[in-house]
Amino acid sequence: MSTASILDIRELSVEIPTESSTLKAVRGISLDLKRGETLGIVGESGSGKSMTALAIMNLLPPSAKRAAACINFDGNNLAQASERQLARDVRGQRIGMIFQEPMTSLNPVYSIGRQLTETMTLHRDVSAATAEARAVHLLEKVGLPDPASRLKQYPHELSGGQRQRVMIAMALMNEPELLIADEPTTALDVTIQAQILHLLRDLQQELGMSMILITHDLGVVSRAADKIAVMYAGDIVETGNTTEVLKDPRHPYTQGLLECVPGYRNGAAQRLGAIPGIVPAMTGTVQGCAFASRCPRAVDLCRTDVPPREAVSPGRYYVCHDPVTHDTAKPLTVETAAHEGAAGPSQLPKPTVLTVEQVSCTFSVRRGLFGKRKPLKALNEVSLSIEKGEILALVGESGCGKTTLSRTIMGLQSPSGGSVILNGQRIEDLPPLQRARMIQPIFQDPYSSLNPRKTIGDIIGKPLAVHRIGTKAEQRAHTHRMMELVGLPARVFNSYPDQLSGGQRQRAAIGRALIMNPEVVICDEPTSALDVSVQAQILNLLLDLRDELDLTYLFVTHNLSVVEHMADRVAVMYLGEIVECGDRDQVMSDPKHPYTRALMDSALSISPGETVPDLGLSGDFPNPINRPSGCSFHPRCPIAEQQCRDKAPASELIDTTLVKCWKAGVSVGRSGNPSINESNNNMEESAP
Amino acid sequence: MMTIREAVSGSSIASVEHSDAEQSTVNLGMSPTRAALMRARKHQGLKIALGILLVMAVFAVFAPWLAPHDPYLQTLSLRMLPPVWVEGGQWEYLLGTDHLGRDYLSRIIYGARISMTIGIGAASIGALIGVTLGLLAGYFGGWLDQAVNFLVTCQLAVPSLLLIMALVFVIGQSITVVIFVIGATHWVFYLVVTRFATLRLRELDFVAAASAMGCSRFQIAVREVLPNLVNQIMVIFTLEVAVAILNEATLSFLGLGIPSPTPSWGLMIAEGKTAMFFQPWLVILPGVSLFILVIAVNLLGDGVRDVTVTNRRN
Repeated sequence: MSTASILDIRELSVEIPTESSTLKAVRGISLDLKRGETLGIVGESGSGKSMTALAIMNLLPPSAKRAAACINFDGNNLAQASERQLARDVRGQRIGMIFQEPMTSLNPVYSIGRQLTETMTLHRDVSAATAEARAVHLLEKVGLPDPASRLKQYPHELSGGQRQRVMIAMALMNEPELLIADEPTTALDVTIQAQILHLLRDLQQELGMSMILITHDLGVVSRAADKIAVMYAGDIVETGNTTEVLKDPRHPYTQGLLECVPGYRNGAAQRLGAIPGIVPAMTGTVQGCAFASRCPRAVDLCRTDVPPREAVSPGRYYVCHDPVTHDTAKPLTVETAAHEGAAGPSQLPKPTVLTVEQVSCTFSVRRGLFGKRKPLKALNEVSLSIEKGEILALVGESGCGKTTLSRTIMGLQSPSGGSVILNGQRIEDLPPLQRARMIQPIFQDPYSSLNPRKTIGDIIGKPLAVHRIGTKAEQRAHTHRMMELVGLPARVFNSYPDQLSGGQRQRAAIGRALIMNPEVVICDEPTSALDVSVQAQILNLLLDLRDELDLTYLFVTHNLSVVEHMADRVAVMYLGEIVECGDRDQVMSDPKHPYTRALMDSALSISPGETVPDLGLSGDFPNPINRPSGCSFHPRCPIAEQQCRDKAPASELIDTTLVKCWKAGVSVGRSGNPSINESNNNMEESAP
Repeated sequence: MMTIREAVSGSSIASVEHSDAEQSTVNLGMSPTRAALMRARKHQGLKIALGILLVMAVFAVFAPWLAPHDPYLQTLSLRMLPPVWVEGGQWEYLLGTDHLGRDYLSRIIYGARISMTIGIGAASIGALIGVTLGLLAGYFGGWLDQAVNFLVTCQLAVPSLLLIMALVFVIGQSITVVIFVIGATHWVFYLVVTRFATLRLRELDFVAAASAMGCSRFQIAVREVLPNLVNQIMVIFTLEVAVAILNEATLSFLGLGIPSPTPSWGLMIAEGKTAMFFQPWLVILPGVSLFILVIAVNLLGDGVRDVTVTNRRN
């Protein structure tokens, strides 16, 4: 290989023996990474991405077996290096690693400073003072304000985004030549994700570092990686320059993945492409192409013969018998007709089913046993309304009060002020059983929303049992119909949730929510725990069900491409307030609030060649217990003025969009008229 | 996706029709009860445990017919006979006799009655108290939680032996009292574990889903949360059975347990302790019986868990 190559992997495989057979987690992959280059590895969960990263560092689980022709890292073959050598010279020293979960990858009992300096003093003969100086320098570089005092802090004092920054600083302590980042931003909010990716990019250029970026998010890869490797069932099915692979995918799997992403090739409210099934576990001898069972283009040859590696250009190849070309590129699913349900201008005005009026929610939080109680304003006079058949998306970062609002709307949390009105009745006045027939939730994590001790049939039919609808036999029959409707095979009726895949579990959760035929369904991040191909299936299902059953969705999410795909209207939330609310197209294409604008910028759509934008947002999401004075967004706002610090703005209607910002009118070219707001500017204090 | 359209066309979702009832016969996989029974049939540990417990129960119930001698009959001329396989043993007294010349085998058989009743009875009462309080404290929290925690602190602060002695002294000496008193002083483990697990489970979405479908808080605690605690409760139960039996021995030793001539394994261990160095079987034989009972209860616990739980649930 050329001298510029820093990492050269040939024929790397990882096998994990299981009770009955051997699982081939990685099947003879070859990678080549040059100095200063970023390689993005993408694929669904179970495709072997993380295993590859762990195999490079030999950090695999003890039972796993690794085999490789060579893992050449800057001339040294890591495949032959001893464990001691790896620990002393490579891990944390020349190869840094960032893990996915910032909440668990820092040790909670040691201070940040100790954990940072330890990585350096362990590997090098440096004084504590030198290490500390470097730690402060790096913390400053990763954008943590007041770095020197951070050293004494413990992980629990930092937010998720800050912890991930500390993780990055830790990985960079010894100036590694290669950084392996395994889903570095998956657990973070979009604005933080954009900041972290931007930061990684800057640091990489400055330090001349190479990077392996493992992610399932094609948007992230398209902007952050130079090269891309698409993994499927332990093998690289397509690799090459990011732009070429994403613009002109050859492997049907790559194409399928791209079509699953909302807003990439399909217009809003159209059906997404979907890859049926899940990544198979590769056991025993492999016959034919691993993707054949899910591939719409598969021919007999695919099932019998392993496809050859076809080179397109140097460094770009795919593994397929019948590759996609420009002429044959057709969507994976046949049905692409535009969705009828989208709110068109010709439709009659529909009745409002749900109104949220000036709802506030205040918790009192006490620090320690004898601490003083402090009010935490989770919701601050939120007003919303949803029309029948509409999909309203509620967007915001974690901690902004989305979940509190959805719980309040469901009647699980009583508001401290204002009221929620469902079909003309106040939700608190409704008896729980009647309320349950009108409004139902779908939760984010299908692993925790289904009782692990109940069978799928029990779970889906449970509402019928609770409400005593029909006989046992009727309930069973109805449950079966519901399972069919949400696309669950009848044989899982007696299965337990852990025997189902994530997508199937979410289908079961949807079935349970819809079995009482509610009017309003609150979807709380229903796809964020799922793979992109499964996400597409679930979103399609939700849209279909909306049409069939005349449902109304409140769609809580932070994924803006999902919003663009699903929503009729969008409400943007920040720190317990709706800062902007209006038509989807209005809000998405012409955001008026600076926070909305930052959110839109941070949404990483697939656009190879473009970089991660610099948001200009300063600081982190504030702790709602210490609300900033005036406009709650002003500490992070790039265009804040004195007025914003002093007084909270009131909602103001600008071209059908409700905005809560002093500068909303100004920044879009309209002259703001402060006098309109003067009468209402005491809203901060008026909360009960 | 066509199936969706077909499935709904014609009939409204909310209406339940009889005609679809046949559907339930379609390829369902096995019903959970049948699947559990099938796993039970294949489970070695469970079969062994059930076998042992069944044999013990049979001996306990039919003790008057199965015991070769009267367990209370003292033959002072035949004191301290060793078991038959030790030199000096007699075939008449298979397991020898105790210091009053009573047949040891008969006493062990009769002892199974007392020990099994006390072990399982006291552990069940403890479970009832501990799990109920733990579920209440964990699920409802607030002042209830603080009250229960205060109760635990009190329970832990008062030496339980002293408490048991006082209670037995006040109420009187009988098997029922011993069971209740031991049960009522051994619920803290159940409580701590149940409360903690409930606190964790309470935050999960399936609990929120249940309350969104209109279940009352009581229904949620009992129907949704409790089934998820079965494993943890089972583990403590098997532990507490042994603890309860030994506790009864302590009480008997102090003269507060089962009134003396009644045979119980704990009492037999306590009585044999003085002669342990010369006639070790006096301690070993009831000890082994106790050991086998506890092992069987343990195996039963593990077996029940394996059978009711597929894969790695909890």
